[in-house]
Amino acid sequence: MSDDNGNLLSVRDLRVYFETEDGSVRAVDGISFDVKRGETLGIVGESGSGKSVANLSLMRLIPEPPGKIASGSISFDGRDVLRLSPSEIRALRGKRIAMIFQDPMTSLNPFMRVSKQLMEVTQLHLGHTKRQARAHAIAMLEHVGIPDAAERVDSYPHEFSGGMRQRVIIAMALSCQPELLIADEPTTALDVTIQAQILELIKQLKSETGASVILITHDLGVIAGMTDHVIVMYAGRVFEQAPTRELFERPGNPYTRGLLRSVPDPTEDEGTLYQIPGQPPDLAHLPPGCPFASRCERAEEVCQKEFPPFVQLTPSHQSLCHFANEVYAETGATR
Amino acid sequence: MNEIAQPLISIKDLKVHFPVAGRGLFSRSKQVLRAVDGVDLSIHSGETLGLVGESGCGKTTLGRAILRLTEPTSGQILFRDQDLAQLSNSQMRAQRRKLQIIFQDPYASLNPRMTVSQIIGEPLETFRLASGDERKRRVRELMDMVGLSTRFLKRYPHEFSGGQRQRIGIARALAVDPEFIVADEPISALDVSIQAQIMNLLARLRNQKRLTYLFISHDLRAVRHVSDRIAVMYLGKIVELAEARSIYANPLMPYTKALISAVPVADPKVETARRRIVLTGDVPSSINPPSGCRFRTRCPYAIDACRDVEPQLVQIKPNHFAACIRISAAEPDIERVRPGDAPGLRLASIAHSA
Repeated sequence: MSDDNGNLLSVRDLRVYFETEDGSVRAVDGISFDVKRGETLGIVGESGSGKSVANLSLMRLIPEPPGKIASGSISFDGRDVLRLSPSEIRALRGKRIAMIFQDPMTSLNPFMRVSKQLMEVTQLHLGHTKRQARAHAIAMLEHVGIPDAAERVDSYPHEFSGGMRQRVIIAMALSCQPELLIADEPTTALDVTIQAQILELIKQLKSETGASVILITHDLGVIAGMTDHVIVMYAGRVFEQAPTRELFERPGNPYTRGLLRSVPDPTEDEGTLYQIPGQPPDLAHLPPGCPFASRCERAEEVCQKEFPPFVQLTPSHQSLCHFANEVYAETGATR
Repeated sequence: MNEIAQPLISIKDLKVHFPVAGRGLFSRSKQVLRAVDGVDLSIHSGETLGLVGESGCGKTTLGRAILRLTEPTSGQILFRDQDLAQLSNSQMRAQRRKLQIIFQDPYASLNPRMTVSQIIGEPLETFRLASGDERKRRVRELMDMVGLSTRFLKRYPHEFSGGQRQRIGIARALAVDPEFIVADEPISALDVSIQAQIMNLLARLRNQKRLTYLFISHDLRAVRHVSDRIAVMYLGKIVELAEARSIYANPLMPYTKALISAVPVADPKVETARRRIVLTGDVPSSINPPSGCRFRTRCPYAIDACRDVEPQLVQIKPNHFAACIRISAAEPDIERVRPGDAPGLRLASIAHSA
């Protein structure tokens, strides 16, 4: 089941605030996005952009206090996640929505055999008997490419390498065939050749099960190869969203354009790399206008004073910028 | 390379081995981790040599061993004509002024209880280069050089962002006017927009101060951008060495090929069209590296001979060196080598008998 637009997940005007000594921090400040069935949505942003907080709130994993979901709605398969009871949300987590984090060690219990951790999931959510759960655990490990799965299933997490641990996590995440997989920097802690293996595995499993994926990363290369649609976050806001190809070919936001230009192109000899000046803003003390204005090459007086509008460039492409149309025209012309 | 010059640093058959305890609490068996296992490498004055490889390949240990922050087990480290490996600790301390390091983690490498002015000024005092007003002037000059406002003189490291902290680390390294800097993953902990700033800063400083860098990173895109030449390391050995452009456009050794093909490119058209070499398995341990070619256990082109013979780093194309017995100047393309061919076999056996 999905809603009328084929969306598995719809987030509307989500706001997540944290109370700190420094005042209220608006980590996520009014973001909206959809994930269609079978689609991979990429979320790209730098530290403090709110990309991880946004996704933790989808699973209601924000510690309250200090955090608080101040407003908004999160509709998963037609039901508002924010209105579910604790037991209903537990039934959702791990079964219909699964998560993979950056560091596999933080999501595995170091004192528990991998077999037991894998079996717990299906015993809880699918009502497996011990025997069924064990067989399923071994089958899942084989499926994610762990050699000698039947023997290795009883190992402890530290007996696996980093890449293998991430495979164990993926096996656990997928053991109930979730409809939505949220992967938060799943390969950031891994070497490039292992990263390639894991990304390939996520792609393959996704095409087998038809699951939707939200992939959070700071790596524009990973976004380019893995996603159908991208949202770019900055200072708790969605700065731009577009189909992946369109975003790379024709960004409509100066921040996105700057990010794309600051990635070195290995096929060319470049002199000085393009650089976005300055630092990301302090979320506790945001300026009144556009949060990117002080670093923006396109900024004019209005950007310092007024918060920018979310401009519709095409039916599927929006940009948060006073000059979105102009930037979009410029990137179209220089193509 | 800017110009062909005498090497500033010349490493000969460098080894760094660490003793490790055997398995089990009471085991007496002693094993050896061969972090760096026979490396020859020259770094020319004014060049940036990139050193890439995956975790555990020994790249950081190699960088630290050159500065004797980790003691080498054997081999030579010639800095101009002086063998750093032979110096006493006090002689080495005097040389440290010329040889500096920038660390990956700007959070861990700065003393949290010192102000920026103290951190940058400390090496000036250690080496008795400046004190009093002269020291103050130098600190301001250094902050200016790395793009830090002198308003921050009295601030502590925790008050800065990651990128600014890395600038503090760079200013500290530059305080003593070094000739050679080991930059060990200097941008890995930073955000994309800040990475570009730091890469540009390092490049500008190199030109201004005629510095020579060893730039260590697992990020091939960054290494390609900043380096003149690139050395690829695998399990303690250099397996390929060439100019940055040619190694990226035309990698020869199968490991380098896989490494470069694994790097995601920020272009959806390229990404969806490309054929990626996905290696199977993990990097083996440097405690018990595979015999012969250390990459053979993951290499799609390995043949029986690769198990028996350790490949030498030989020139396959002009200024392009690779360690693989299956390729040669006559046929540098591994894809086109005839099944079973191993022209490097003869060469390796000559080296062996010598």
